[in-house]
Amino acid sequence: MVNIETWDISISAKNVDFYYGTFQALTNVTMDFEKNRVTALIGPSGCGKSTLLRMFNRMNDLIDGARMDGEVLFEGINIYDPKVDPVDVRRRIGMVFQKPNPFPKSIYNNIIYGPRLNGIRNKSDLENLVEKSLKRVSLWNEVKDILGRSAMTLSGGQQQRLCIARALAMKPDVLLMDEPTSALDPISTAKIEELIEELKKNYTIIIVTHNMQQAARVSDYTAFFYLGRLIEYNRTDRLFTTPDVKQTEDYITGRFG
Amino acid sequence: MEQKTHTSRQYEKELQDVKQRLIYLGALTEKAIKEATDALFERDSVRARSVIDGDEVINHLDEEIEKECIRLLALRQPAARDLRFITTAIKINGHLERIADIAVTISRKVLDLNEEPRLKPYIDLPRMAETSRKMIRESLDALVKENESQAKWVLREDEVVDRLNEQIFRELLTFIMEDPRTTHRALLIMQVSKNLERISDHATSIAKNVIYMVTGKNVRHGMFDCGSYDVFGESLEKKDG
Repeated sequence: MVNIETWDISISAKNVDFYYGTFQALTNVTMDFEKNRVTALIGPSGCGKSTLLRMFNRMNDLIDGARMDGEVLFEGINIYDPKVDPVDVRRRIGMVFQKPNPFPKSIYNNIIYGPRLNGIRNKSDLENLVEKSLKRVSLWNEVKDILGRSAMTLSGGQQQRLCIARALAMKPDVLLMDEPTSALDPISTAKIEELIEELKKNYTIIIVTHNMQQAARVSDYTAFFYLGRLIEYNRTDRLFTTPDVKQTEDYITGRFG
Repeated sequence: MEQKTHTSRQYEKELQDVKQRLIYLGALTEKAIKEATDALFERDSVRARSVIDGDEVINHLDEEIEKECIRLLALRQPAARDLRFITTAIKINGHLERIADIAVTISRKVLDLNEEPRLKPYIDLPRMAETSRKMIRESLDALVKENESQAKWVLREDEVVDRLNEQIFRELLTFIMEDPRTTHRALLIMQVSKNLERISDHATSIAKNVIYMVTGKNVRHGMFDCGSYDVFGESLEKKDG
């Protein structure tokens, strides 16, 4: 298991239970996420990993009949406290989804959409933000001359990097990624993975992935979930060479079910 | 602990196949040692030559096993126990191949020794040969059964072989001192003894690799009961607490 004594903790789940109606999707999950690290959540379909990820920016609030027990602390504050504004949570904890989902607007407008809603009006500030965000995801050189063109004309890999740039434009602290490369080809996937490595200097990243090799490649820590429970949380290199729990070993070596 | 089989049966078969071939290589290697040393004890140069000729088969099998392990690494991206098995298999394969080479070296010494009258009756040397062979057999059996304590037995036996080697060395030294005309034969026998001792070192390395494969703990350097370390050289025990 991980040694959290020396950690600078970003997000903590404390005794979290989660239900979709009567179905219990998460059972008593307690775990901490270290700042400026990449943590991968793995496990078979329906194990609760995406549910947990979505809890971290209150995406599950929008689901009818869903309810939770326990706490999610972000920098020590319970983000489910009634006094906390979910919009504020989502500004600081950004999310990137499985399928690239750019707005049907220009590349430029995709980036400035959130910041403008948040009150940034100055044109040169916005232009700077666009350039900086696109450079962060290494997309700037590819699109700097076509910023007015619709984001929908970009390739899948470019769209996904645009979505990451859009999330970064909000200056979040945490980036949640739900299978960010499952719809992309190997080259685009490699670019996103390289980007994750680069981004972790400034952001805490939590990534859900079905691709175990990807978890092994990009993450510092890996958590294995099964039937809504956290089975093993370990350093990635250890989890993939010498896991502590038999169930983890069965899963990652393909002896499951 | 019960080991589930792979969801992919083909992959399971490929892993088992590597294990089978490794066991076969071990059997061939063990036989080479037996033939090489029996050739000495029974003064049978034909058998010594057959060991030298038979090395080609072993070399070929060694290449095949290595190729298959690399193929599995590339195509199956094994993890955890499978990863530990395949990396261990590559190492054990190398050790077995070198043991077989040592059997060839011993055979060459035996051919020289058989040209001359017997220096003395062999007492410790057969024990040494038997122990080294048993160490190989047990270490590979430990691999098949994933049995840590069996592998640890091999580590302890290494001491026995080391002692025997020292004893033989001292004994032969007295022969040389008493009658310098025995020097050539005594030196050849010392080399046989030294080579058997090297075989037991290889068997010890195989056993240490098996311990790593079974437990994930690296005991390669130093004694097996001292602390274990992960790939970053950090103590596993401290973290486990």
